[in-house]
Parts: sequence; structure tokens; C-alpha cells
Amino acid sequence: MTTTATPPLRAKVRRADRVFSTSTVVAGILILVALAAVAVFLIAQSIPALLADPSELKGSPSSFWAYVGPLAFGTVWAAFLALLIAFPISIGIALFISHYAPRRVAQGLGYVIDLLAAVPSVVFGLWGIKVLAPMVTPFYGWLVDNFGWFPLFAGSVSGTGKTILTVAIVLAVMIIPIITALSREIFLQTPVLHEEAALALGATRLEMIQMAVLPFGRAGIVSAAMLGLGRALGETMVVAMVLSPAPVISFVLTGSANPSTIAGNIALNFPEAHGIEINALIATGLILFAITLVINSVARVIVNRRKAFSGAN
Amino acid sequence: MRFTRFGSVAAVAIAASVLLSSCAANEGGTPTDDESASTLSGSLVGGGSSAVGAAQETWIAEFQTANPDVDIAYDPAGSGAGRETFLAGGSDFAGTDRAFDDEEVAAGGFASCAPDSPIVQLPLYISPIAVIFNLEGIDTLDLDAETIAGIFAGTITSWDDPAIADQNEGVELPATPITAVHRSDDSGTTENFTDYLAQAAPTTWTYEADGVWPIEAGEAAQGTSGVVDAVTNGTGTIGYADASRAGDLGTVSVLVGDEYLPFSPEAAAAIVDASPFVEGRAEGDLSIELDRTPDEAAYPVVLVAYLVGCETYEDSAQGELVKEYFTYMASPEGQEAAAEGAGSAPISDALFEKASAAIELIK
Amino acid sequence: MTATTATPVVAPSGMTNSLTTGRLPRWVPWTLLGASWAVLLVVFGMVAASSDTELNVPAAIFLGTVLFDVLLFVTAYLVEGIRQARDRFVTSLVVTAFILALLPLISLLFTVLTNGLARFDLAFFSQSMRNVVGEGGGALHAITGTLLITGMAAIISIPVGLLTAVYLVEYGRGGLARAITFFVDVMTGIPSIVAGLFAFAFFSLLFDDEGIRFGFGGSVALSLLMIPVVVRSSEEMLKLVPNELREASYALGVPKWLTILKIVIPTSIAGITTGVTLAIARVIGETAPLLLIAGFTTSMNYDLGADRMMSLPVFVFNQYANPGSNVDPYLERAWTGALTLILIVMALNLIARLIANIFSPKLGR
Repeated sequence: MTTTATPPLRAKVRRADRVFSTSTVVAGILILVALAAVAVFLIAQSIPALLADPSELKGSPSSFWAYVGPLAFGTVWAAFLALLIAFPISIGIALFISHYAPRRVAQGLGYVIDLLAAVPSVVFGLWGIKVLAPMVTPFYGWLVDNFGWFPLFAGSVSGTGKTILTVAIVLAVMIIPIITALSREIFLQTPVLHEEAALALGATRLEMIQMAVLPFGRAGIVSAAMLGLGRALGETMVVAMVLSPAPVISFVLTGSANPSTIAGNIALNFPEAHGIEINALIATGLILFAITLVINSVARVIVNRRKAFSGAN
Repeated sequence: MRFTRFGSVAAVAIAASVLLSSCAANEGGTPTDDESASTLSGSLVGGGSSAVGAAQETWIAEFQTANPDVDIAYDPAGSGAGRETFLAGGSDFAGTDRAFDDEEVAAGGFASCAPDSPIVQLPLYISPIAVIFNLEGIDTLDLDAETIAGIFAGTITSWDDPAIADQNEGVELPATPITAVHRSDDSGTTENFTDYLAQAAPTTWTYEADGVWPIEAGEAAQGTSGVVDAVTNGTGTIGYADASRAGDLGTVSVLVGDEYLPFSPEAAAAIVDASPFVEGRAEGDLSIELDRTPDEAAYPVVLVAYLVGCETYEDSAQGELVKEYFTYMASPEGQEAAAEGAGSAPISDALFEKASAAIELIK
Repeated sequence: MTATTATPVVAPSGMTNSLTTGRLPRWVPWTLLGASWAVLLVVFGMVAASSDTELNVPAAIFLGTVLFDVLLFVTAYLVEGIRQARDRFVTSLVVTAFILALLPLISLLFTVLTNGLARFDLAFFSQSMRNVVGEGGGALHAITGTLLITGMAAIISIPVGLLTAVYLVEYGRGGLARAITFFVDVMTGIPSIVAGLFAFAFFSLLFDDEGIRFGFGGSVALSLLMIPVVVRSSEEMLKLVPNELREASYALGVPKWLTILKIVIPTSIAGITTGVTLAIARVIGETAPLLLIAGFTTSMNYDLGADRMMSLPVFVFNQYANPGSNVDPYLERAWTGALTLILIVMALNLIARLIANIFSPKLGR
């Protein structure tokens, strides 16, 4: 039998396939175009502020960078604190719903947490100043009295509770449902065979989760956390309504002078801004853009290193 | 099972569409066979200061009720945004916490107006700013400008400080630390308050008037509502806010000349009469250079917001509508409505006459 | 044959064998939890009584739960050994996390309900604010505006976002896919107000109108904020679909597009709808961009294409921030508006879940 040179096996290209794949590409490109337009708009509007005499800016800083520095710091600091609070809690809740709670109530519990996601940021802002801030003020006083030697609680205590820690708590409450919802779905997708194999080997539930669930979901968890972080970085209304800001770089959690965030600062000052001040505010928006870009790139690197675990590799 | 699910989705959809297709019960169907029905019609667009927001809502409601075919919209997006939009030609009139200054007026280019038309700036919204505080059992305190400046600059830090106690004999002041609350947003209220401190207490307050709080000392809160909330929820707090929002909080009587004066609409309107107009402006431009250290009994901590329009509009029908609306806002009825709805101080008769003359120029 | 081999096996003391050590009866954790709460409530009650302050129930519950975590670990360690103790400890931590998240939720819902029910009446849902000063009036104009603007934003964002996610997971290779992934991430960092500014600049240039305000512009601004959330969450969900399912489908001769539509998306539909609901919840509460491009009005407007359109968050914020001299009716309207906004998102969430339930295959769980 001689081997006749058969043409390599090729799938027939169907028209519907072409239409579908093209439409997905178009959607992707549409996003790129929209983003390019936003970027061009941001950069074009920012340039005048970067070139302008800094004395024309609000508060007469020594340079644009001196103006944006505390804001960039505050943005990252507040979002970091929020993530620090929210991440472990979210993972805990997600595990509770997916692996601990009785199956019959799990869905209901998931819905309860989703309720938090249903609360718009204006409402969180109202709740933050009317309920949370007065509630935590005595606690902050106690912290400062007893742990004032610790740098994070140094200085005099805020009399109204409108500190960056309060903001971080509200932000954490806002991003908990985001991280929870996504990681819950991811945990639920863990192959049941992996879990049962672990349990059959005599693992406790914790060991099963460590061996089967977490490795499977790691990339997804990072993505969920990043999505939450993105929300925390860009949140406007809560920061504007709750925080007591000042143009400082400070790690203190319980004082009156807190670094503001970029988004919050834009919301506070945009209504009265005119001329070059508008450009300066948009330029800070560009900086926020850059910060998100850097943080997300780092996260992508982490995720990609773990790609082997995802289902569709 | 599936059908019931689809059924419930459908039910929700139907409910939603019924809601969407229904009309607001308070709109439309206004009887127009009334004999006194006005013949005005058209739509006006304004925008700017959020401080004027509540007054504009009142004025618009009254004016639209009297003239059912008129539609007026006012975006309370902020003074800066209002001036920008007006300058760019995006609105028919603007509300702003400060008038267009010499430089901006000279630069001109108001795209909302006919070419080379001067603008009309009218101080039609006068609102006293109250210095509010929260101390149990104390309703009023007498303070001079230097003390107020010291409190807000962070040099006076306790309520039983001699500087306060000396002016308030017989009042039992606690040893509570003072938490001074200022606005965290860029605002006309802050600009007017710091202008007062700079003019009346130049030795203690060495900063220029600015819409952004110039120093680090103190707490910050967003908007009048935020300041009022912070002062109400804290203890030993003090802040400044539109007097209409002072509510049950304690208020400061300010030393003017040799008399302590609480805020009142009349005293607030008096300060505007006691101050000179900015020189070298067009006839319809009633910008005021506020004098915060008056000789007479006038309350010096006020916010004066301007309504800005054009002398000549491209479209004369539009000009007519603006004129009617401005006439209404300046009128005693309009001022009274704003005083009731928004807590502003009605303008004095003298200012009313000048404003009427300026409004006559609009066409 | 001596009898020595027949000595019964006795676990030597000190040896911990998780299979043979004792187990805690089922009632123990619950009793411990109840006891810890009770103890802390009593302690807090005594402190409150002595210092004449109000009893701080949330703090007592929280600290009681922490006490429970520690107690349970110690008990389990003594009775069951270290592996079980760690398992129980993590279990209790997980439960604690859940309770911790419930505290703000309950506080928030309680606040909104107590303040918002006062005006939760027919007038609120049948009237606008046109020509209303002080008391009365309603938010019908804002409710319709929010539904229309957010609905349009969803109509733009969901197809674009979902198709992009499909592209990234199923088709995307090489530079374009990497670029899209990267820039979608960057998009999550657009501050909402910048999205509003951009939409305003874009449309005022397009229509050559410096004062342009209309609902559709608001939808576009919201889409910019919504699309990255949709893409990111759907992408994660699509990735989780096992390749075996795709391969089985291809092996049966099903074309790729049908495989995606009939196998991949239905398998992950629950997660995708969750993501979409999150995205809607993210944008439905936006205030700043809508004030810039959709504007502010007190009247009804059903037309997305022209004139100002009110939305609920703008309504809530404005009622709170710029009340008239009589503050109470304004605040009541603000809270009722907030309550309505939450109810709308909850309803959307329910609908999304219904859809997910109908289309998703039944899994083992």
C-alpha cells in the first residue's frame, strides 16, 4: 500500500462561523476604538495643564506633580486598604456559599450578598456619613488613646469619623459583593471529581479546599480582586461624600487630614472649575488611568503565570 | 414550571411598560382657557451654581405655573460649569457664585449672546452664611472676626479658650476640643467666608479669599449638607453653611462695629446696599465689591450669587423670555418666593430699582 | 502461638490519629456561638450601663463571633486533634466573614427602609417634580429616566462586552487579543466623571451644540463604564468552561459558532448574568456623568434622543445636597429615591437569575 498524499484535513469554513467570529472581532475592535477616543480626549485636554504655570492651579502648588502626588497616593492607599479588608472576607463568603453552607440555603445566601451589589454608590455615601462615620468615631477615639504610639493612629483623632479608614470600610463593603460573586461562580466550577478525590483520600474540608478548589480558581480570584480594586480606585461619590480631605501624604488612618483620591477630588472640584483648572482635573484623570494600567498589568503578569489551571488553555 | 417562569418575566415586563407609558399625574392637561393665561411660550436653558439650585426650583415652578407654555431647565452643575457653558453658548442664562471678573468681561466672546453684546449680571440671590456650632445647651455665641479666624485657622483649639470666654460672659463653656469643619469642595460659600475672614481679620487670617479651603487645619465635608451633617453628628464642632440650613444648631452672632449681630435676611440684604458696585462695567452689570467691614448694622458673612444673561440675544423671542423670567426673579414676589422656598434674603428696594433698570436693557 | 499478639490495640497517648480520635457532637459549635454572643452582650451591657452609653449591639456580636472562633479552635484541638481543629477554625472564620458582611448590609437596609418608607407612596411613583416646591411631588421622571438610560446602556454594553469576551476566550490569539485584554483592564480605570466629560465633548462636537444634554449621551457614558466589567467577568466565566465540553461538541460535528452559542455560553450563563447584573448595579448609581450629559430636569421625558432627562441617582443626590429651606421633605424624597434605586437593582437581579435558571444546564450542585 503506497501512501497517497492526501490533502491535510481541514474543516469546512462555514459562513455562519465567519459571521460569528467576525462579529466578535468587531466588538473587540469597537472597544479599542472607544478607548482610543477616550485616551485622545484625555491627553489632548491634559496637555494645557501640564504646560501651564503651576501657580494658576488651585492651591498654587509648586508644580502639577506636587498637586497630583497626594491625590495619587490617596487613591492607591484607600483602594489598598479597601482591598485588604474586603479580600479575605470575600473569599470567606464565597467559600461559605459554595462549599460550607447547606446546599438548600446557599443560593439564598448568595442572593443576600448580591443585595449589597445592588446598592448604588450614592446610597453608600449617604449611609457612610449619616450612619457609619458617627458610629466609628468613639472607636477611633479609643484607638488613638490606646494605640497612639502606633504610626497609623498617630496625631489627634478626627472629631467626625470622616477618615480614610471609614472610606476604606465603605469601599470594602462596596467591593465585597463584586469579589464574592465572581469567586463564588469560580469555586462552583471546580471539577467535582477533584473534590471527591481529595475527600476520598481522607482530607478534611479545609484540606480539600486547599488542594482542589483554590488552585483551580487562583487566576479567577486574582481577576475578581482586580475588578474590585478597579471599582475602589475609580469610586467617586463615596469618597467625595465621606472623606475629610487635605493635600497631604499621610498614612494616618484616624486623623482629620486625609489624602484625597483622584476620582473624589475631581467630583469635589469639577463643578466650580473653569479654564485651566478643568484641564488640570482631567490631567489627574489621566494619571488615574495610568495607575490602573500599572496595577492591572502587574495582575495580568501574576494571572498569566498561573494560566495552566484555567479550563480553556 | 418553565411557563410560569416565563410568565413571571412577562408580568414584570408588562408592569414595567405600563409604568413607562404612564404619564406623571401632575403634568399636562393644564387648563388654558383661563382669561389671564399668558401668551409666553418657549423654552429657556440655564445652569450653574448649586447654591441657587433650590431658589431656581422655586422660581421655575412659580413661573411655569403662571406661564404653562414655558419650559425652563436649570442644571445645578456648579458655578464654574455654569460660566463655562454660558461662555461657550450652551445656555441662555447662568447662575454663578461670583460674577464674571474684569478680565473675563474684557475678553468677551460670550457665545450665548449676539456678537459684541455686553452681559447683564444681577445679584438676585443673597444668602446669609451662618457660622454654626454644636455644643450642648448653647444656642448662640458672640464672636468677633479675629476669634472666628483663630478657630478656623486652628490656633484656638478649645471651647473654653479665653478668647471665646471673654466675649461670652455668663455662658458656661465646656473644655471640649474644637473641631472646625470646612467645605471639601470648591465652593462659593467658602470663597465668601474666606473673603470675610481676610477682610475682617487680616492679622489672623493671612490667606486670600479662595473657593478652596487654603489650609490643612480642620475637618472637611462635601457641600452644605455635608458640613451640616458633620457639625450635627460631631461634638464640639463648628462650621459655616447657608443660614437656611442652620436648623436647631447653635449660631454665632458676629461682631460688626461694636455690636454683635445675628444673621437675618434684612441685615444680609443691607450689606449689599452698603457695598459699592465694581467700576468700569457696562450699564447692565451690577457686580458688587462686597465690603465686609461695614459701618452700619449689616451682616457681613453673605453669599451673593449672580444671574447672568445677555443684553442682546441673537433671537429676540428668546431675549423676551429671558427678560420676563429675570423680571419675575427680581420682583418682590419672586424674591419672596425664594426666601420661602430656599431661605434667601430678599433684595432691598434700592437694588430692585437698579436691577429693573438693568433688566430693561435685555432684548 | 502465644497470646501476646492478641493484646488489644490501644492508641498510645500522645498519638493523634484523626480517624480514631473523638468528634465533637453536632450541638457544640452552635452552643459555643450562642454562649459567646451572650457573654459579650452581657459584658457590653454592663459597660454600657456603667458608662451611661448606648448598647453597641454590632460590636458585641462581632467580638462574640471572634471569641467563638478561638473557643471552637481550642475545643476542637483538645478533642479532635490539630487537623480537625484547623478545619473547624477555618469553617468558623468563613462563617464569621459572612456575618461580618451581613452587618453593614443590615444596617444599610435598615437605614434606607426606616428613612425611605415615609414617602414610599403612590404620589412618589405617579408624579414628577414639575412645579413642585417643598412637600409632595414624586420621582416618576427620574425612575423612567434611569430605566431608559441604563436600559440603553445595557443594550449597548452587553452584546459588545459578551462578544468581546467570546473573542478573547475562543478566537483571540496574538497581538489584537493581548491589546484588547490590556486595554479593557485600563478601561476599568476611567473615572466616571471623565466618561461623562468625554461623552459630552464627543456629542457636542458631533452635533455642534455646546449645551447638549440628552439621555442617549448618558447611556454612552455609562456604557464606557459598564463594558469593561461585562468583558472581564464574562471572560472569566467562559474560561471556566471545561475544554472537554467543547471537544465533545466538535467531535459530534457541531460548528464552532453553534458550540459557543449552545454549549459554552449556556454552561457559563449563571456566571455571565451575575457579571452583567454587577455591571448594571455599578452604573445605575452613577451621578456625576449623568449630570454632565443627561442634565437635570423636573419634568418627564421619554425621548432618549432629545432634551434633558432626569435619573434617580441625580435626583437622590440633588434632593440631599440642595434642599430648600424646609429640609425634611427633600431628605425624605432622597431616601425614598435611594430605596427605589435598590429595589430596581434587586428586581433586575432577580430577573437575571430567572434567565440564568431557565437557560443553564442542570449541574450536580
